Amino acid sequence: MTEVNEPPKGAIPNGDGAEPLLKLRGIDKHFGPVQALYGVDLDLPAGQVTGLCGDNGAGKSVLTRTIAGVHQPDHGQIYFQGKPVHIRSARDASALGIETVYQDLALADNLDIVQNMFLGREKLRRGLLDEDSMEKTAAETLSTLRVTTVRSIRQPVASLSGGQRQSVAVAKAVMWNSKLVLLDEPTAALGVVQTRSVLDLIKRLRDRGLAVMVISHNLNDVFEVADRIAVLYLGRMVVQGPAADFDRQSVVEYMTTGTASGRPYEPSASASGEG
Amino acid sequence: MTADSGQTPAPTAGAGTVDLTADAKVEAADIPPELVAQSLGQYFRASWARVRGGNSGVLPVVLGLVLVAIGFQIANSKFLSAQNLVNLFEQSTVYMLLAIAEIFALLLGEIDLSVGLVMGLGSVVVAELVQPTGANWPWWAAIIVTLIACAAVGAIQGTMVARLRMPSFIVTLGGLLILEGVAIIVLGGSLVGIGNSAFHNEVVIYDIFWGSFSPVVSWILMAVIVGAAGIGLWVREANKRRHGLETPPPSLTALKILLMAVSGIALVAICNVNRAHFGTIEGVPYIILIVLVVLVACTVLLQRTRFGRYVYAIGGNAEAARRAGVSLPAIRTWCFVLASVIAGIAGVLFASWQVSLTTNIIKASNSYVLLAVAAAVIGGTSLFGGRGKTIHGVLGGLVIGGIYNGLYLLGVSSQWIDVAVAAVLLLAALVDVLSRRGATGQA
Amino acid sequence: MTADPGETPATTSARTVDLTEDAKVEAVDIPPELVAQSLGQYTRAWLRQLRSGNSGVLPVVAAIVIVAVVFEIITPEHAFLRPSNLVFIFGLSTVYMVLAIAETAVLLLAEVDLSVGAVALIGGVIAFKLVQQPGANWPWWLALLAALVICGAIGAAQGVLTAILRIPSFVVTLAGFLLFSGILIVILGGADSSVNLNTSDPNQNIIYEMVQGLISPVVGWIVLVVLVVAYGASLWLRTTSRRRQGLTAPPLALIAIRIALVAIIGAAVVIICSVNRGSALKSVTGIPWVIPIVLVVLGIWTLVLGRTRFGRYIYAIGGNPEAARRAGVNVPGIRIWAFALCSATAALGGILLGSFFFGEYSTNTADPGQLVLYSIAAAVIGGVSLFGGRGKAIHGILGGLLIGSIAYGVSLLSLGSLSTPLEYILPGAVLLAAVLIDVLSRRGSGGVNRV
Repeated sequence: MTEVNEPPKGAIPNGDGAEPLLKLRGIDKHFGPVQALYGVDLDLPAGQVTGLCGDNGAGKSVLTRTIAGVHQPDHGQIYFQGKPVHIRSARDASALGIETVYQDLALADNLDIVQNMFLGREKLRRGLLDEDSMEKTAAETLSTLRVTTVRSIRQPVASLSGGQRQSVAVAKAVMWNSKLVLLDEPTAALGVVQTRSVLDLIKRLRDRGLAVMVISHNLNDVFEVADRIAVLYLGRMVVQGPAADFDRQSVVEYMTTGTASGRPYEPSASASGEG
Repeated sequence: MTADSGQTPAPTAGAGTVDLTADAKVEAADIPPELVAQSLGQYFRASWARVRGGNSGVLPVVLGLVLVAIGFQIANSKFLSAQNLVNLFEQSTVYMLLAIAEIFALLLGEIDLSVGLVMGLGSVVVAELVQPTGANWPWWAAIIVTLIACAAVGAIQGTMVARLRMPSFIVTLGGLLILEGVAIIVLGGSLVGIGNSAFHNEVVIYDIFWGSFSPVVSWILMAVIVGAAGIGLWVREANKRRHGLETPPPSLTALKILLMAVSGIALVAICNVNRAHFGTIEGVPYIILIVLVVLVACTVLLQRTRFGRYVYAIGGNAEAARRAGVSLPAIRTWCFVLASVIAGIAGVLFASWQVSLTTNIIKASNSYVLLAVAAAVIGGTSLFGGRGKTIHGVLGGLVIGGIYNGLYLLGVSSQWIDVAVAAVLLLAALVDVLSRRGATGQA
Repeated sequence: MTADPGETPATTSARTVDLTEDAKVEAVDIPPELVAQSLGQYTRAWLRQLRSGNSGVLPVVAAIVIVAVVFEIITPEHAFLRPSNLVFIFGLSTVYMVLAIAETAVLLLAEVDLSVGAVALIGGVIAFKLVQQPGANWPWWLALLAALVICGAIGAAQGVLTAILRIPSFVVTLAGFLLFSGILIVILGGADSSVNLNTSDPNQNIIYEMVQGLISPVVGWIVLVVLVVAYGASLWLRTTSRRRQGLTAPPLALIAIRIALVAIIGAAVVIICSVNRGSALKSVTGIPWVIPIVLVVLGIWTLVLGRTRFGRYIYAIGGNPEAARRAGVNVPGIRIWAFALCSATAALGGILLGSFFFGEYSTNTADPGQLVLYSIAAAVIGGVSLFGGRGKAIHGILGGLLIGSIAYGVSLLSLGSLSTPLEYILPGAVLLAAVLIDVLSRRGSGGVNRV
């Protein structure tokens, strides 16, 4: 068995000592005989972007879906704003303020931007859809996030580019008083320019005080936006800490072997770290 | 059901990548029993595991046959009489052929709603062509042209589905409408019959359904066919075994040959009983041989040729097939052509069976498509594509024929028979959906 | 076409970048109303959209015109456009219109209901049977309601099998078609029975009048004016209110044109119906009651599909069922309701059918298979997509008119023995043509690409 070193429980360094918005402690999840997560701890502080890294099959999607309410952990506890919670469904997650943007974006191509952003949560006026109010709110959200180059907020989503669709999906997640946004591979299918704008969007989310978790394979993107990095290896959280503590090579090593240079992770002494 | 010999043990954590995409529900149940069984006993245990895993194969239809036989025999003691049974076989042949035709579409994950009307059109064309006062063609020319015409219909529909990517149920729905109109035009508005025994061509067509081999010839034919099939099967299995390839246990092969022999003997014995009220009618009807030939040809086509392999591939995962270089439009078009040709063969049988065809009979031929789909699905073919065999069509056709025959014997009116068939179709579809869910765990 | 006014110019601030870099996104993909600020811009944008293959209702309108012209030429004595025939066509078309709208509800989900024909006939027969005197002798509105509810329940049952057991809808409704064709005969009382409306009974007469009864021209004009004013005013007010709030709205000139179009078409219908199509002795003028009835159906369905959550969810499921599910939409529930409402609406269509055939329902009145094929053809050629997510109630109206014109036109041609087969061939051909256009138009606008 390879040696895996976990930081002592409860003492995860996040630089400022404040209670993280979301805390996972000792999360286990298995599907039949296959164990997907082993005793995973995770901190997602507000106002910071956490990059979740891991090789294929490490458990990133399972972890995301557990937070999003799609799966229920077999053991362990989830704390939201310091209080223990049970997230049994996507609705529970939404009620808490947790929104997820999946890799396939979950947008209906035949509906326009406003209709997609309000899907499932339409506003009514006298029993009928309140199109005007929904359009205004959607427009406000998009402009706050500085997504301004969409030609018309009423154009069908099918006619948007990949980056625009991603922005709409993110805006949809953010519109609902969300406190935590989970993004699964947001830049996976995007070109260079579009990636840039999505990353900027993510930073804007952080600047608004939301907690953001980004799953990504692309370490360039991760190092661009992440304030914290967490690495999963074979279902275990092998390391997490301020992004400044890591470099690309160490992250890759953690992802593929569970350790870096044979040495266990040592948290940096200061909050801002080196480099 | 646990230990299956030959299955690699699950990797231990840490030794390498844990494949979290592994479907936890993939179990021994999904491996065909013949591959893992080393003895007859193991074979049956593995088969049972597969059935419980949801992949029931021909089990439902065999059960259905048994149920139908027992149920109707209790209701009416004449059901299992030799006379009635031959009647049943004869009627079922049309359903069997239509089911086989439908299977070609279903395997692709498509559907052909026009097979009933293709049969109707075929029957009218062949009848009209042998009319002495009209075209007066020799019977063989009439049949060939009929089949070519049906093939053309299939080609047109197939092209619309395969190259224009129009939904098959709409294409064949529109197709059946157009064919109905064309059939009525061909019929010339009145009726056409092949019952006049003065004209040789008509007599031949008539005999296709109503004629039979003499008992002696029947036995000889049966012996030859079963003998050839049995020897062929044995030799093939022995060859594979000699080369160290995966083969079922010899006892299984012997059992299969025995089953063939028993069914053959039973069939001929039943048919050789004199079933006429006056005089003598005995022997195996010609149509049974015809259906057998079609069955064997289609089975070989689907199981032992590249074409057949590609059909299953498209039904299983069209995109994967496309990337592997399979020409989707060609295979798809050919399947619709084959479906229509077989429906055309059914049409020739239908003309022979009905003896005289009217506009009402043409309109009624529309309802046969439901029987075809029901027979295919009852037999074990999946509506979603990629799963099914021609033998399913034959067995399913027998069940449908049994239900029809049984209800008719009980004096049930035709509307209620329709209701019963609809219920059976739904049930079969439900079994298909549930078995898919059970096997793969998908919703 | 580049700079669209109304688009925020790319700011020079550091962060915004033009995301519209996707080469395939062109101006053509955006509905013209959204980006046009003037009528001129709208027309240009609309033409661009046409050329790219996204043609909207243009094909069906063109088809209607072509059919009218062709039949006018080839009908004996050019009788096709005679007012009496036209009114007949209106009446016949309403049945197809209602059935097409019913089918649309299901087509939007990317499903299909092959039983609408049989269910329509069942609904009609149930209603007719319930008002029989001597017999059940129910009040007409109760009989109608019962027929709608029963057929709605049938639809719901089919919906349950489709939505929850996930049996493909075409199998379920195919079985339903067979089942209810058989039950229809049973309810009627046998293969040669029929049920008739006795017009001397005022209760039964009301149902008879649904298609056969007429509104006097004067009342017709009044109703038309009221409707046009109401429609126009609401449209105008809404548009101006949206413009005032800075939301997207079509140019006012376009709104004016739309209102004018509705007024003109309405006036044409009233005028045609006001022409005396009887004789000098017994004048027959007036608008068949069925026209306002169908307008009500159109209005209700347009409202439901376009302005309610339920309608929104139907489009969402047709577009991306997974997205709808994740958004918390009760996908099976919506599906079941859609099937139920489809069958209930079909029942209304069946009642109208019986009324159209002079209050007589027999096993020969209509062929349920033909009805369903006409309904699907009407919906699809009107513009409803078979692949789901695209279509409106008005499409059913236009498609129904086209199918009705063709069906009636063929019967006028006195083709003798060819007329029966043509009754089958033409709708089949029209259906295939309609679907072909649908498939090709999807390809043109870069939509669904099936492997």
